[in-house]
Amino acid sequence: MTTDVMEKRTAQSSPLVAAFKHASPIIMGYVPVGAAFGVLAHKTGLSMLSTVLMSLMVFAGSAQLIAVAMFAAGMPPLSIIATTFVVNLRHLLMSASLAPNLRSWKKWEMAIFGYEITDESFAVHSARFSNGDTSKSVSILTNMIAHASWCVASWVGFMTGAAIPDIKPLGLDYALPAMFIALLSMQVKNGLHVFVAGFTGMTAIVLIQAGADQWSVILATLIGATFGAGVESWMKK
Amino acid sequence: MDEKIVLLTIVGMTLVTYIPRVAPVLALASRSLPEPLIRWLSFVPTAVLSAMLFPSLLLKDASFDFSQENVFLWAAIPAFLLAWRTKSFFGTVALGMGLVAAGRYFFG
Repeated sequence: MTTDVMEKRTAQSSPLVAAFKHASPIIMGYVPVGAAFGVLAHKTGLSMLSTVLMSLMVFAGSAQLIAVAMFAAGMPPLSIIATTFVVNLRHLLMSASLAPNLRSWKKWEMAIFGYEITDESFAVHSARFSNGDTSKSVSILTNMIAHASWCVASWVGFMTGAAIPDIKPLGLDYALPAMFIALLSMQVKNGLHVFVAGFTGMTAIVLIQAGADQWSVILATLIGATFGAGVESWMKK
Repeated sequence: MDEKIVLLTIVGMTLVTYIPRVAPVLALASRSLPEPLIRWLSFVPTAVLSAMLFPSLLLKDASFDFSQENVFLWAAIPAFLLAWRTKSFFGTVALGMGLVAAGRYFFG
């Protein structure tokens, strides 16, 4: 009964108002990271066009910050693209998990929705969907508002980049590690995940110390995920 | 920096980001992935985040750094606690950056 009433109330309020409500926590997370990305992109020597275009096209915070760091380190484009692929491979799982709720949608609507799946929007939509709120317009509008805020935050960051002589006193170079800390805390579901986190982290460190800087993230992820899946299969037997 | 190379890299990044985002939504309208693949994928987020995070906290120039100056490492402890207790993305990022800024001001 109560869920019926709640669903009706959600349906009655304007989709735009509902979308802003769902997007607000996402925006809170995007603003500091997006601004940090913009400042760092400016410091690295990226143009304003490249900076905003990256936020518009790629729309993936961690990958964008890593790409800027790799540009600054003079790494080859192919290695930046390969790292982006591995870093963003986690969206595959999020997309697969949201998919069953989109069965009545048209293909092009799925294509638009899929473009804007991020860690944060995934968290919001999986909560909404499990509450029975599967409104198509609210889903897509929420993503678009969040995406717009990401682009604006990057642009503002780029514009203030010139006024900030050194990012270190502001701790802006900690945006990425802090973001990883938040995301990792949300991912770790049980003891095995903690173990896999430690194991993969140490594997990455060993690889870096062995001189495999560029491929350390990719290799450590493949090794770590295989290790976790192997241990879980073995424990289930 | 060569603008053309940067733009081409962005196009490449877009493609490799978009395909894993959209393929499952489009493909899984009626079926699901094989069980072993789902299991493997379920560890990818934890693994990739750890592979990026731990070296940035523990290493400096490829050697372990447990000194007082390694503010990245010391700021991570309260940030982890806050993230674990509140699940707040904004709070964790703000606390982390604030602690690194403060650490550099007082000890840097």
